[in-house]
Amino acid sequence: MSEARLFKPRFNPAKPAFGILVFLLYLFLLAPLLIVFVVSFASNQYLSFPPEGLTFKWYEMLPQESTFMNGMRVSLIVAVTVTIIVLALGVPVALALDRFEFKAKAVVQSFFLSPLLIPSIVLALGMVLLFGPLKLTNTYAGIIIGHVAITIPFVIRTTLMSLATTDTSCEAAARILGAGSWTVFRRITLPIIQPGVIAGGVIAFIVSFDEAVISLFVAESGLPTLPVQVLRYVENSADAAVAALSVILILISLAVVVVVERAMGLRKALR
Amino acid sequence: MTATHTQTPATRRAGAAEGDLERATGRRNRRTYLALLIPGLLGLLVSFVFPLAYMIRMSFNRGAPDGIIEETFTLDTYIQPLSDPYYWRVTLDTFQMGVTVGLLCILVSYPVALFLARSTSKYRGLLMAIAIAPLLTSAVVRTYGWMVILGTNGLVNSSLEGMGLIDTPLKLTNNMTGVTIGLVEIFMPYAILAMISGFGRLSPQLEEAAGSLGASKLQVFTRVTLPLSLPGILTAFLLVFVLSISTFITPRLLGGGSVQVLATEIYDQTTGLLNWPFAAALSVILLVLFGLIIAVYQRLTKKIGG
Repeated sequence: MSEARLFKPRFNPAKPAFGILVFLLYLFLLAPLLIVFVVSFASNQYLSFPPEGLTFKWYEMLPQESTFMNGMRVSLIVAVTVTIIVLALGVPVALALDRFEFKAKAVVQSFFLSPLLIPSIVLALGMVLLFGPLKLTNTYAGIIIGHVAITIPFVIRTTLMSLATTDTSCEAAARILGAGSWTVFRRITLPIIQPGVIAGGVIAFIVSFDEAVISLFVAESGLPTLPVQVLRYVENSADAAVAALSVILILISLAVVVVVERAMGLRKALR
Repeated sequence: MTATHTQTPATRRAGAAEGDLERATGRRNRRTYLALLIPGLLGLLVSFVFPLAYMIRMSFNRGAPDGIIEETFTLDTYIQPLSDPYYWRVTLDTFQMGVTVGLLCILVSYPVALFLARSTSKYRGLLMAIAIAPLLTSAVVRTYGWMVILGTNGLVNSSLEGMGLIDTPLKLTNNMTGVTIGLVEIFMPYAILAMISGFGRLSPQLEEAAGSLGASKLQVFTRVTLPLSLPGILTAFLLVFVLSISTFITPRLLGGGSVQVLATEIYDQTTGLLNWPFAAALSVILLVLFGLIIAVYQRLTKKIGG
């Protein structure tokens, strides 16, 4: 701030003060993510500050950490399968909700979005209780079924959002010109809803990939996912070894953020 | 809170070859939408309705801490937590944590939301994305980040010791302070999103009008900006409140076993003590708390909405 500007008659001191406040609040919001980056490159053997030097040893160690690698494999298998399943289940539901008139539509729609209103700890308990006798605990099937409920609302919401911004005249025209339902869907509807489907799919992927509570309840002992492994590790020690892994998880989330932002806008998708 | 947008395809469809479309799809309509809905309904039945229903049924059984469950229909599991001062304490602590986190979260999110709602900068989109993006990062990772910042050898304590301001490290983790700080940050993106959506009637023109009619900066804020952003603030508070009272990861990690809230208690009863009916009853209590708050919220918004 230069002297000259300070004495300008219309200078309003509240403005830069507000700017600084917003900047500090952004810093607070990003603090845990930024600190993980710093720690992951610090050569300190045990967690301490300030960093003593730059190193890549934590990253080089990762491939040898079998618990993390196993967790990563489990989480990837689960997240990819969950994404495919909820897209297959959720996109048709969104089509039905938008393109057809039927009774109790509002009820059906709230039903499909309601899993997000139920605390995940409650859902997780219900799942472990039900899946235990069915021999589904500590299995891929158990974790995947568990993740369907909490990811399907995202897919339905983003697909509905894409459907809502288009009118149905193209589809009607194609139909009148003799196209069958499947052709209409593949050639007209699918391109229209593509942004919503992509956004919903990657959100479903990351929600499942990062989910910890349901995975912890359903498969802690037998088939721990990556978030569960990290949780266990961090519970015992908050040292730097897990920082490198955290950075990789943050980068995966960042990729998802970029895809969603490009496809339909982050704010719209997560409203 | 999330299911607010309504679809009006009928109105959009009006005029756009409506009659032809209806005739073309007419009789197949019913079969088609059912075929589209049923797989999804089945999926949600298996992964959502059955587990919840089974859990509610379980809460009426009788359990012993060693994992033996007596199939019966009793209210014992509800009487036990309601008559034991310890569980009143836990419920009260949970509630208190929700209120504290909700209030603090609003305090730190409001300026950011206000900034984003008003900004005309070309970086607005990017700044908006940065504010919301942490939503899609792992809660475990973000909590770990806070452990690094707040821990005994963490950033805060090392800095303060380095500057000679303290001799012994401050206790910022393994207690409610750490959990509160972590949760406030973790729920900030939710609060910002909810506020911006709730700022509907807030516009720079109104503020300018008030200013040109002679209102001071403070008056513009207290008489125009704040009242118009109140619905957004209220929504954000309730959202953060319900999220905090049910959250598990952060109280578990940053609380380090010394912070007991309903969620950690449910976990301990389930995996540690294997008292499933009791854990189920605690979950039902949490759900009822949840439902009550959402009902109150809907009453309130109706009143405000006029």
